[in-house]
Amino acid sequence: MIKFTNVFKAFPKGGLALKDVSFHIAKGEFVFLTGHSGAGKSTVLKLVYADEPVTSGEVRVSGFNAADLRPRDVPMLRRRLGIVFQDFRLLEDRTAEENVAFALEVTGARRSSIAARVMRVLTQVGLAAKAQAYPRELSGGEQQRVAIARALVNEPSVLLADEPTGNLDERATRGVFQLLRDINASGTAVVMATHDLDLVRQAPYRVIELQEGALVYDSAVDESRDQAATP
Amino acid sequence: MNLTIREALLAFRRAPLLSALSVTTIAFSLFVVGLFGLVAVNLQDALRGVAERVEIVAYLLPGTPIEPITLATKDIEAFPEVQSATYVSEDSALARARAELVEFRDVLQELERNPLPASIEVKLRPRFRDADHVNDVAERLRGFGFVDDVRFGRDWVEKLDRLRQVAAAVGLVVGAAFAVVAIIIIGTTIRMAVLQRSREIAIMRLVGATNGFIRRPFLLQGAIKGMLGGLVAIGLSYGAYTLINRWLIQASFFSNEQAVAIVGFGTLIGLFGSAASVGRHLRRV
Repeated sequence: MIKFTNVFKAFPKGGLALKDVSFHIAKGEFVFLTGHSGAGKSTVLKLVYADEPVTSGEVRVSGFNAADLRPRDVPMLRRRLGIVFQDFRLLEDRTAEENVAFALEVTGARRSSIAARVMRVLTQVGLAAKAQAYPRELSGGEQQRVAIARALVNEPSVLLADEPTGNLDERATRGVFQLLRDINASGTAVVMATHDLDLVRQAPYRVIELQEGALVYDSAVDESRDQAATP
Repeated sequence: MNLTIREALLAFRRAPLLSALSVTTIAFSLFVVGLFGLVAVNLQDALRGVAERVEIVAYLLPGTPIEPITLATKDIEAFPEVQSATYVSEDSALARARAELVEFRDVLQELERNPLPASIEVKLRPRFRDADHVNDVAERLRGFGFVDDVRFGRDWVEKLDRLRQVAAAVGLVVGAAFAVVAIIIIGTTIRMAVLQRSREIAIMRLVGATNGFIRRPFLLQGAIKGMLGGLVAIGLSYGAYTLINRWLIQASFFSNEQAVAIVGFGTLIGLFGSAASVGRHLRRV
């Protein structure tokens, strides 16, 4: 699904954002990507959705190899991913419904099918009643739910979430996290970058930790080694 | 395609002030170009009016029989440069003099013998009304044996030539300068519209919009703005023309083709300005 092999990423002004990072995320997994700010979490996600080129090593994402990606392949790759950010990135002058529909329109989806699909995902994130509201009329948690609905409407196989609860209070954080767990339970892989360790401890998911661009801990690898070491 | 149209029109509704500002900027830029165009059109009209009076007169030797003259007139009319060649007999020359030179009517009445020679008056086709061609035709007229003398205002034709060259050079340089300024101003305006929506463009890319999908509404919008700006510019030019016509001088307005060309110019600047701005923006992010 997502496979990093010996990936290096240089900053444009020198220095390394990622140093020899390798991991494999399988279909349907839930993975926390943790580490301090600047540890390279966002860089990993950016390489996944091809916002930046790889310096060296190999990045494979649902059948695409980042090295062979032509500019016109990038939109096709992104349509297979759902992406959610800390700052929501909604279009302020469109309603919740229009924001979600937009993600379908850009793919050239049949217009007759759009309204029903949009309502379905808005219902899934619990915002069907606020379909006509503009982002400024919604709370932070609700805006993030709209963003998640937009990420889901194309039925991606992976949902990437970059600090999705970073701007939310505790209650909203719990709600959004539960929503991501539900989404994962229905078969979508979720990669969530976060530095909220309370959240990480709450759930028994795989954890990949980065420190200054290097992968220092991967629960999938380290735990299986621990288990193998124990007689 | 109708999604493109919808998005382009939505942009007008969502940012009415900026859209109106763009259209106004385009309109005034094109208006300046249009005003200059009006001056050029009228100057050209005036020059054409003057050039129409370019005429070569071949005076004939007295007593030349009419047959060779008729043949020669036919020959002259067949010159590629010549629009018309008219034979004026001695009698009609006198009659014309009597009619036109009222002050000398008495003198002309009392003549015992007609002193005026017969002549062939030659008018050239519009594009041959310059010094070189006039000289050339005059030279050929001198070649006829019964032609006594050939007259045309040599100095005058040469001055006209010079005037035309100056007008063309000034028109080209100033017109090009105005057009470049208009293109720069319009390009900047369109760039503002693109930058204002850069966040939206970034989000479109994140959800998997192709560059073509992002570009199309901008192109349509740019073309519409350019066209509206062109139409407003024609309206403003017409207003200016009406005022000039009423208070200053008798002037002429653009032909329909010229008006369409100005609107087309606006539309194209809008289209290509948008293409350049969006293209640059898409390459950058």
